Amino acid sequence: MKHDRWLPYYLIAPSLLFMGAFFLYPFIQIFAEAFTSSDGDVGLANFTRIYQDFNFWPSLKNTLLLTGVVVPVQLVLAIGMALMVTKMNKGRDSILYIWTIPLGISDLAAGIIWLAILEQFGFLNSFLSAVSVIDAPASWLNYQNAFALFLAVVVAEIWRGTAIVLVILVSGMGLIPKEYDEAGQVFGASYWQRLWKITLPMLRPSIQSALILRTLLALEVFAVVMMLGGSDMPVLMSETFDWQFLYQQTGAAAAYAVLIMLISVVITGCYIKFLNVPKEAR
Amino acid sequence: MKSSSSEAVMPSSLSSRASASSADCSRQVAQTAHKPRRNDMAWKWLFRAGVSILVLWVLVPIALLMLNSVSTPEQITGWPKTLTPALSFETLDFFWHYQGVISALGNSLLAAAFTMVIAIVLGAPAGYALARFVFPGMNAYRMIIILSRAFPMPLLALPLAVIFIQVGIDDSILGLAMVHATLALPFAVLITSSLFMGIPVELEEAAWLMGCNRWQAFRRVVLPLAAPGITASAVFAFVISWNEVFASAILTVENRTLTAFLVQSLSESPAEIKYAGGLILVVPALLFLFAIRKYLFSMWGISNR
Repeated sequence: MKHDRWLPYYLIAPSLLFMGAFFLYPFIQIFAEAFTSSDGDVGLANFTRIYQDFNFWPSLKNTLLLTGVVVPVQLVLAIGMALMVTKMNKGRDSILYIWTIPLGISDLAAGIIWLAILEQFGFLNSFLSAVSVIDAPASWLNYQNAFALFLAVVVAEIWRGTAIVLVILVSGMGLIPKEYDEAGQVFGASYWQRLWKITLPMLRPSIQSALILRTLLALEVFAVVMMLGGSDMPVLMSETFDWQFLYQQTGAAAAYAVLIMLISVVITGCYIKFLNVPKEAR
Repeated sequence: MKSSSSEAVMPSSLSSRASASSADCSRQVAQTAHKPRRNDMAWKWLFRAGVSILVLWVLVPIALLMLNSVSTPEQITGWPKTLTPALSFETLDFFWHYQGVISALGNSLLAAAFTMVIAIVLGAPAGYALARFVFPGMNAYRMIIILSRAFPMPLLALPLAVIFIQVGIDDSILGLAMVHATLALPFAVLITSSLFMGIPVELEEAAWLMGCNRWQAFRRVVLPLAAPGITASAVFAFVISWNEVFASAILTVENRTLTAFLVQSLSESPAEIKYAGGLILVVPALLFLFAIRKYLFSMWGISNR
């Protein structure tokens, strides 16, 4: 049919136009803005500006450190949970539903939830006092207690973000033909041998996409930090927000945005290079 | 890709396979390792304990938030806290009457509804094209869709804020919904394409033989089969918009969504507002997730390849 040759293009055209207008165009625009100073000169003025700000290094450090701590923990935890799921018979669906609940919960709501637990008059302090570990409510979430604040954000992020890794890994495990595992059993491989030599390598495409997605989300951490730490724990995204919203410096905010994008792209590139999945295995 | 997708779309085959392999596996462990029974029992209890701890790890924090939202403001800021709330609706009631909350809630719902419609109306046809046709430029299109996820999309709200002012849709829910739709659209395309791949093309061909044209065959045969899955991906788009904070806070000033409202009034709003707001954010998410639980795994299994 002659008609059919153009049909797929008609079908993808609306989404392509939309993505062009709301992804490609602002994407170019943000670079243009980042490299243009307020008086119209093209250059690195915005970058020098954010670089000289006293919050630059702390926010960069906090974001990278947070990503470096949270993402590996989530990967290991999610692999463990996914393996548990494959061993379950009855109750599997209910447990999976419960474990994936945080997927629907926003970072803002997760921040509020953990605020209820960790704030000065929260449940954790009440519990600690009930078992006589502390006498008076301790304040964990401020700059004097930088480590505790960092830990609080880590816990909240792990609580919230593990579900997405779990979902990707569980569906990835569903795609592995079980013949491989059976062959391993026939040759007498132990459970751990089969895990290391068969399941995990076969799971590599899923691990890769889970890592990419989770790392991007970790670099974008914003609302959890705002809720728990406010301005006591600067991260890249909250700095972007402050420059745009509080200081009304669009150029500097755009410079931060470009920085976050560059880090995202570099890390994504590393995952693709080092966890390279052969084309046939996809 | 095509052969594996049809399996993954059906969760039942997934679960039956998993349970079969786990039965094989435990038998095998018992045979090869020759471990004493007591060891097996210990493992079984360890397994159960692990699962229970992880279930509690997810549920207890949510329960504590709920506890806070039915406590009185005095209890929320009181010390030490008790696990027996007053079961008062004072906090939630206060929340409802707090200046700006109702309109923020309405804005959130509206933005999410717009997002859902835009993402599906634009995404589903593209998903169908990817599933049914092989055409030049197909891989490039796939690439653009997948690549778009490699960027922190909420940041695009920054330049769009300027453009929206020029166009005159600044601080509008529709403008915000378009940004949210940009977040949700790639998922809608990938998810619907995996759904359509799971529906055999032979069904459509049979309808053509019966005299249907392409559109009729799609509407009468494919759409009824795909409808639940499309609904699930629409719900997913809804959740993406409902939960989004950064773009909402940048793009709305007067017409704030609930998330933007909570972030922007962070310092001045009393504690009970935060907890009641948290509850209002969490509850729909729980319901939505329950509604799409059947499709969750098949959606993600394919959409990440």
